[in-house]
Amino acid sequence: MSAPFYVSPEQWYQDKAEYARKGIARGKPIVALEYDSGVVIMAENRSATLRKISEIYDRIAFGGVGKLDEYENLRKAGVRYADMRGYSFSREDVAGKSLANEYSTVLGSVFTREMKSLEVEVLVVEILDKGCAFYQIRYDGSMTDATHYAAIGGDGDKLLDQIRGGWSAGISLRDAARLGRRALAGSGNGASIDDLDERNLEIAILDRTRRGRTFKRVSAEESRALLSG
Amino acid sequence: MFKGQTYAGDSFYEFLRVDHPNLLPNWGGTNWADVSLIHGTTVLALVCKDGVLMAGDRLATEGHAVGTRDLEKVFRIDETCMMAIAGAAGPAIEMVRMFQLELEHFEKLDGQPLTFEGKANRLSFLLRQNLPAAMQGLVVMPLFAGFDHDKGRGRIYKFDITGGRFREADSYSTGSGGKDARASLKKIPRHEELTREQAIEAAVEALMDAADEDRATGGIDVARGIYPTTKIATKTGVEDVSDDELRRVYERILAGRKGGS
Repeated sequence: MSAPFYVSPEQWYQDKAEYARKGIARGKPIVALEYDSGVVIMAENRSATLRKISEIYDRIAFGGVGKLDEYENLRKAGVRYADMRGYSFSREDVAGKSLANEYSTVLGSVFTREMKSLEVEVLVVEILDKGCAFYQIRYDGSMTDATHYAAIGGDGDKLLDQIRGGWSAGISLRDAARLGRRALAGSGNGASIDDLDERNLEIAILDRTRRGRTFKRVSAEESRALLSG
Repeated sequence: MFKGQTYAGDSFYEFLRVDHPNLLPNWGGTNWADVSLIHGTTVLALVCKDGVLMAGDRLATEGHAVGTRDLEKVFRIDETCMMAIAGAAGPAIEMVRMFQLELEHFEKLDGQPLTFEGKANRLSFLLRQNLPAAMQGLVVMPLFAGFDHDKGRGRIYKFDITGGRFREADSYSTGSGGKDARASLKKIPRHEELTREQAIEAAVEALMDAADEDRATGGIDVARGIYPTTKIATKTGVEDVSDDELRRVYERILAGRKGGS
């Protein structure tokens, strides 16, 4: 039996990271912005049925970029995790932070142990009693958090620069959605702003004014009204 | 994908059974018929013009004693449907919780809600899982009703302990005072013309009749402000009927009865 070729761990991780980054860079980004009564989450998405943004629990939403089957599996695992915790404790005890930690653990352990890392980036959005929280988990399990807005996929710095320039506390849903569209169009990875309309934007909100499950998809008609003018 | 998750389907109950069996109730090993437990009594459902109404008295018995005076026995399950329970309250309320989660879980994983028929079948499934407990005396008798968007009207299903699922066209009532409430409800001539107001009145009257004949059914308790739990499912969702409205209906019925006798 021949010995396997030696590859230094450093080289191995670098290769895996590069592989993951390449995969993720091909996908379209997601932005999420706090507005006066919730959070709006947006992505360019030409499919009407395959979703990048979904509901996890009463006050928690999920966004995934990269390989669809991989973030879809992460999403489902998150729903199971959240529902199980809500069932064994109470609905109020399901927190975005613990879910984000689970994602971080899974992505991190796949990155270190498996041949192929997951080519995804995950965003966990949560509205809290006051304000909201955004947890961004990268392919290697590293996690960052933000308080007012966040972006995953695409050119993150560019997206955040755009949002930073236009966002202010107490911004309306309409202004937040239009700012989100500007940021997505300016990320250099997708369609131009004139192309980004209700037909190829996926928009969802976590709406504080709703009781219980606050997640709501914004329909095409509602999106048109929101973005027009 | 997460630690401890092996199940890959869309059912929450199955997920717990496979990956977290310790979270599921286990009522085996005892003959519960000999144990004094909280029991829910009379609940009813009736179809009306805009959808379907569900109501239940608030009393729960514990043997021959009052268990709770203000138990809720009618539950909103999701945007379109409701479930009412009679029988052993502990397992019944647990079943409500599981049913709510089962439907929500499916909707989130699959991206769209189950059809009305599909929801009723899921409740059948949960009842079948409860069969061993039912055989030991923990009988749960649910009533399921809601607005069926595919058919454009309110619908009612009753169940037996085997999970048998039976459609009721107009109205039904179950629990200890169910028979008396049914005798009252069957006088309603045309359900498709029943307004919201009339439906509430018919429901309150049926529960009053049940409380009159059945010792285990609670009457309306004005002194404590305890009114039947009443909910209506229509095209726009499931809404509660407020205590104020119920009190007005109750006073009107009383006035009518005094005047008539």
